Amino acid sequence: MSTREELRQRHSTEFQPFYEGNLRGFAIALAGVVLFGFGLHTLDITYARIVGGVGELGRIVVLMFPPDPGTWTRTGIYLYAMLETLAIALVGTLTAATLAFPLGFLAARNTTMNRVVQFFARRSFDTLRGVDILIWALIWINVVGLGPFAGVLALAMLDLGIFGKLFSEAIEVADKNPVEGIMSTGGSSVTAVRFGILPQLLPVLMSQVLYAFEANTRSASIIGIVGAGGIGSILSEQIRTVEFQQMSFVILLILVTVSVIDHLCSKLRFSIIGVRAR
Amino acid sequence: MTTLNTMGVAYAQAVVAKRRQLWLGLLVLGVCVVFSGHITEISFSKFYNNIGAFTSYIVRIAHLENGQSVLSDPVEWFWGWKKWLALMGETLLMAYVGTLVGASAALGLCFLASKNVTANASVVFITRRFLEFARTVPEMVFALIFVVAFSLGPLPGILALAIHTTGALGKLFAEVVENIDMKPIDGVVSTGGTWLHKVRFAVLPQVASNFASYALLRFEINVRGAAVLGFVGAGGIGQTLLEVIRKFYYSDISALLVLIIATVMVIDAVTEKIRHRLLGQEIAS
Repeated sequence: MSTREELRQRHSTEFQPFYEGNLRGFAIALAGVVLFGFGLHTLDITYARIVGGVGELGRIVVLMFPPDPGTWTRTGIYLYAMLETLAIALVGTLTAATLAFPLGFLAARNTTMNRVVQFFARRSFDTLRGVDILIWALIWINVVGLGPFAGVLALAMLDLGIFGKLFSEAIEVADKNPVEGIMSTGGSSVTAVRFGILPQLLPVLMSQVLYAFEANTRSASIIGIVGAGGIGSILSEQIRTVEFQQMSFVILLILVTVSVIDHLCSKLRFSIIGVRAR
Repeated sequence: MTTLNTMGVAYAQAVVAKRRQLWLGLLVLGVCVVFSGHITEISFSKFYNNIGAFTSYIVRIAHLENGQSVLSDPVEWFWGWKKWLALMGETLLMAYVGTLVGASAALGLCFLASKNVTANASVVFITRRFLEFARTVPEMVFALIFVVAFSLGPLPGILALAIHTTGALGKLFAEVVENIDMKPIDGVVSTGGTWLHKVRFAVLPQVASNFASYALLRFEINVRGAAVLGFVGAGGIGQTLLEVIRKFYYSDISALLVLIIATVMVIDAVTEKIRHRLLGQEIAS
């Protein structure tokens, strides 16, 4: 049985205080805390504002219960708006996927025409991705007017950027051997892509599309805030007119719909990929 | 011979069944798409007639008021750079504070949401449902409500980011914790350690670098989110962006977009570097 002192000598690194010997980590943590304090100060976040706001929030939450759509006519309006949200997500996702499929080949190192094309394809996808969905929605509202069509186009633009990147990466990691096999038996480059690359690619792409559809259901439910269709317009209107019970019903509706979509998509994904990825 | 034949028949049948399933799936999808197209008022003629407006919009935001290209006079293009940089700084700070608060809350809650660390099943269940709620409600919706409660400014935006971050990170953190090596936990428990000892000395050292990496990824996402929270009055550069878009100050739109995209790209590059180092450390140790 060794004493504590002996142990301390043998495993000196385990016993030293956390700030010794790790000065850099300590400095980084300190800088982080200082930046946090600076943030609270410059953003004018005071104790009084937080306490007052929490009290106000508590009042709002009390007013939200129980969730109540009001009349049956309104229930119908909300359900239709939710349906519109789902429709925007579906059409937007599929449009982007259809466009991104051929463009993905241009942006992949192994199937592109030349490096210049690849470079520009990549940068275009980056730019499309860099602009937020709400900004895209505002731009398209200028073009096709208020309404769900602008939402579809906005979603399609953003997703084109996302899919373009994901698809080209999936194409780049595809196994080359099947392509060689087809070429060696006299296949053309079209048959090589069709029978050599596509079968490897499709399950991956489809699961990515399903993931995006899930995420897009959420996005589509907020683009209405700027007037691009879907249930978001109803939400922002209810906040302005202080109808909290109806608002909590709409939020609940969004929550349930999103969870159902999540559940369905993960089921579909497993049936496409076969086994659970875990 | 006969077995070969029956196998061939079975194979052909399987192929036919699979084909039928595929066509059925495509048919269902097609019906959904047509129906959705009708609901979302998709009109190709409208698109075709107005697509010129899109290209002219892009052309207009690329030109200054005097008709010159924005690149010809960058000083004039970024005339409000002092104000805009300050707003971008505010946006970054909002993202930072929101991520830090959210990540801390997620750190506190993730152990309660992991089956292997917390034995009480109902605690795990309740924590998980809370995290699910926090990440399913879009942060814009939280922001809308918080703006009413906390009044305009960065505070409601930060809180919205923090709550959404708690939900998203809490789930990821809990997944990391559920995949750890259980032997150190046995060791701590066998020497009489409490729940806190268990978390501090057996779990945290295994998961810290992964947690930091996920938190950085979330910071990236929150910078993008913070940039548009201003649309509902929750602070940051979004309010100004919405204003210039609504008032058709074309060259300002492109200037702000370039500023936001460039900032996001820089943040992405930096955090990716740090994340690779963090994860590399874990593999090395």
